[in-house]
Amino acid sequence: MIAAVIQFFEQHPLLWTFVKAVVLASFTLMIPLAVIWIERKVAGFIQSRLGPLHVGPHGTLQTVADALKLLLKEDIVPDGADKRFFYIAPYIAFISTVLSFMVLPFAPGWVALEMNVAVLFVIGVSLFNVVSILMAGWSSNNKYSLLGGLRAVAQLLSYEIPMVLSVLAVVFYTGSLSLTEIVEYQVKHGWNIWHPPIMIAALIYFICALAEINRTPFDLPEAESELVSGFNTEYSGMRFAFFFASEFANNFFITAFAAALFFGGWDGPILPPIVWTFLKVFVMIFVFMWVRWTPPRLRIDQILRFAWQLLVPVSLVNLLFAIALGVK
Amino acid sequence: MGVKERLEKGLIKVPGGTILIAKMADIMAWARKSSMWSLTFGLSCCAIEMMATAASRYDLDRFGMFFRATPRQADVMIVAGWVSVKMAPFIKRLYEQMPEPKYVIAMGGCASAGGPYRDSITIVKGVDQFVPVDVYVYGCPPRPENLILGILKLQERIRREHLAEKNGLPKPVREPIIIPEAGATG
Repeated sequence: MIAAVIQFFEQHPLLWTFVKAVVLASFTLMIPLAVIWIERKVAGFIQSRLGPLHVGPHGTLQTVADALKLLLKEDIVPDGADKRFFYIAPYIAFISTVLSFMVLPFAPGWVALEMNVAVLFVIGVSLFNVVSILMAGWSSNNKYSLLGGLRAVAQLLSYEIPMVLSVLAVVFYTGSLSLTEIVEYQVKHGWNIWHPPIMIAALIYFICALAEINRTPFDLPEAESELVSGFNTEYSGMRFAFFFASEFANNFFITAFAAALFFGGWDGPILPPIVWTFLKVFVMIFVFMWVRWTPPRLRIDQILRFAWQLLVPVSLVNLLFAIALGVK
Repeated sequence: MGVKERLEKGLIKVPGGTILIAKMADIMAWARKSSMWSLTFGLSCCAIEMMATAASRYDLDRFGMFFRATPRQADVMIVAGWVSVKMAPFIKRLYEQMPEPKYVIAMGGCASAGGPYRDSITIVKGVDQFVPVDVYVYGCPPRPENLILGILKLQERIRREHLAEKNGLPKPVREPIIIPEAGATG
């Protein structure tokens, strides 16, 4: 039976691609439902509350209800908005997230597209997110949205540089741009995180990842107390849901990417590889939430100064060390 | 004349359709009821009680409610506190900026009917003079338990709401829900 199915898809590669695309897109839509529920529970516990409780057992259906409600809300497009860009911005954000999931190895062989320049691809594709945020902010024709969009671009571009430099350290160390090969290298030689230059790279990556997904010390693009809701102020209903979903799916992706680069991806004893991937990802997501709900927000000048005066030089020097130690 | 009756007449013609649509309406009502995001709209002392309701001890997030700063993503507006004549146009504008299935809770005596400032020329005598109010929560300010009771009553109403009521068809006249004063100090 299974052999017949495999044979059928081998004969129809286009159909197989379609199946993979559908599975990936629905996975990217489903992941936020889980992550948002966990986020609200963790936020509740940190603030000594209970979090969602009455919708489904322990509030597990809370995010399902939220998604359904957003689907049913009125879709408002402001009169002064640049309609075309306003319409497509949320979908670009979502598509960039789905595309980055495409090259992510969940377990040996569990990767939608085996690509030998996967790391480069992820870095390129994730920048589309910045474009969509700027599009949303600019086309809304609202001062808060515009300020949020501009801040987002300044912040995300500044933090992209140390992040790429720290990822490059891993690339030089392991000598491959393919995520699968990086993980296989770690299965053989031990996790990257235990090697000194990569340890610093992981720390820089962690800080930059917080900034990339707009988590609290760096959540200036949607600072509620200053900018109403930042770049998505004018979005309602399903369009807003796509921004929300892509933000939390990005949260999942950026931790899964870190797991593959630093923590050996699917590597681990006893349990099956897929379980290890998810275990590492969710532990890291928990740390991200922990950070989110404890420190306060920084100012934009503090954020940019930190990136350019500290993170960039440190990650450059660290990259040199990684090259010196890694070249074989 | 019944939008509801017309709709039901239409439904009966479709064999088996009634059940599906009724179930769908149930699910929609459940989704709306379960995730009422509210607009941050504190005006005075009632706002402190509203914040207390959302914070650790009472925790509105249990019911899936949390505060959004933008009206575009809000479902329910809790008008907490007295409304001055200058503030009224902004409340109206914010109400109009909210997307359609939307509800208003008038919290406290001032937002409901002017409260202790009833004789003042600068305070509006109740927020219902310019936006439709679904729930009046009395008290000065109301205790968090009272606000939660108002929210639960509003949830019950949304749960029973028919498909037609919130989809652009004319709204039937709805009786406001009145939550009486509670507690020793009110």
